[in-house]
Amino acid sequence: MFCLVDCNSFYASCEQVFRPDLRGKPVIVLSNNDCFIVARSAQAKALGIGDLQTMFNIKPWLHQNRVNIFSSNYPLYGDLSNRVMETLRLFSAHIEIYSIDEMFLSLDNIKSASLNAYGRTIKETVYKHTALPVGVGIAPTKTLAKLASRAAKDIPKCQGVCVLDSAKKWDWMKKRTPVNKIWGISSRFARRLADLNIYTALELASADPKYIRRHFNVCVERIIEELNGHSCLSLEEVPNPRKQIYCTRSFARKTNQVQPILDAVSLYTARACEKLRAQESLSASIQVLLYSSTYHSNYYNSNRVVQLPWPSDDTRMISALARQTIQQMIQADVFYMKAGIGLLELTPKRHQQLDLFSPEQSAKTDQLMRVMDKINRQYGKNSIYLAAEGVHKKWAMRQAYRSPAYTCRWEDIPLIEC
Amino acid sequence: MKIITLPLFIHSVPAGFPSPADDYMEHSLDLNAYLIQHPAATYLARAKGHSMTGRGIFDGDLLIVDRSLEAQQGQIVIAALDGQLTCKILDKQQQCLRSANRDYKPVPISEFSELIIEGVVIHSIRHHTPPHS
Repeated sequence: MFCLVDCNSFYASCEQVFRPDLRGKPVIVLSNNDCFIVARSAQAKALGIGDLQTMFNIKPWLHQNRVNIFSSNYPLYGDLSNRVMETLRLFSAHIEIYSIDEMFLSLDNIKSASLNAYGRTIKETVYKHTALPVGVGIAPTKTLAKLASRAAKDIPKCQGVCVLDSAKKWDWMKKRTPVNKIWGISSRFARRLADLNIYTALELASADPKYIRRHFNVCVERIIEELNGHSCLSLEEVPNPRKQIYCTRSFARKTNQVQPILDAVSLYTARACEKLRAQESLSASIQVLLYSSTYHSNYYNSNRVVQLPWPSDDTRMISALARQTIQQMIQADVFYMKAGIGLLELTPKRHQQLDLFSPEQSAKTDQLMRVMDKINRQYGKNSIYLAAEGVHKKWAMRQAYRSPAYTCRWEDIPLIEC
Repeated sequence: MKIITLPLFIHSVPAGFPSPADDYMEHSLDLNAYLIQHPAATYLARAKGHSMTGRGIFDGDLLIVDRSLEAQQGQIVIAALDGQLTCKILDKQQQCLRSANRDYKPVPISEFSELIIEGVVIHSIRHHTPPHS
């Protein structure tokens, strides 16, 4: 049996962990740079606040309705997500971290009669240990577990736990699930399925898999099998190393000056290279991205892919190349809003193809990067950085409503009245 | 792929006598492991105020709080009383939150107030020399 544990309104719930006064109140969390609403507590949803709604022009309305606003605080969310995951280890030795707020567990030694009670214990224990509410969906396949967790959330009678362990139960749920809500069916596929008169999960489940495979792909065929209770997707306990690493951010205010853009690109490159080294890969080429403000009349975005002289994880070399590239992309009369870098063609560092005739990254560089990463791990992010990243960072993200990093910084731990 | 870890000795022994300490190698003491049984459910907080001095908790002390424990009679807890976090002694029998300082009156738990026990204070740490100075 697969069990999907899904945190309810995760970012908004995280903001309520150390603020019991906000529980049961409307809470929203904004995207990087405070542009969009990315998470809403149940009470905020009830006020009619939409997912990904823009913050433009709605601040007075939010204040009138006493909505508590937070900028995103990823260090806090990351730490609390780890705590949920560690708590789930009490219930299964096999866990896949699907995203920051969703985890799959395999439950193989639980009798089917006690699955519901087990799911309830999971839910209650996670809440007791972390103060984070979760929904629990249990079913014989990952796709059905995903449906079950939707039911756990949407059907009040379930009270946060739903077990779909028989064809009768999952057919009931499939009848009520439109195809675009099935895990792995994009809205584009949903439109094409509609052309075939397939609107619900139940209709997709009874379609001919061979026919679907010919017209869509093997993934959709697998979804049909999974919807019928035949497990095709297994637990991925060890995450696959990423094939590409991107770091793109908006600036706090738009700019037409070269220097702050160069500083920003250097910083994003440093972040991306840290991730690259953490997964022990090398990058063979980079993509540099630059966007102007969307509200501007002459909207401009541009990207360029550049080959590195040899596969590398050297922040200095990649950063220099990124700066040189973006300098060529900047046009004089445009105001820019966002920049980014992508590290492409990643290969594992261990099985590097050595090219007899071209130079490779020196051992000295490896050592330097190791030392840089170690210093930043031990003494906090940005303890040591390239001077090219800029010392002032005026362009840094706008985060007007950021909560303290309660669990990650000594000066931010909660104060308790006694 | 299976990863096999092999023990690594800290002394290289090309010849001569091996270090007699190698066979007895142990990890150094880990304060986290000693103080914290449930790392995923344990949080740090800082005490502010003087109501708990009688139980050895002073203004500015570090509190180690375990959310996973069920609070027992007489234990020091972190409670959310009408949404405000406070550190007090739980008195279930008298239905109140007590202080450990005569200057502070017990706070009765009435049916009109909302009380949630957020966790049990398992340790407090005093700085006898200011840290990180």
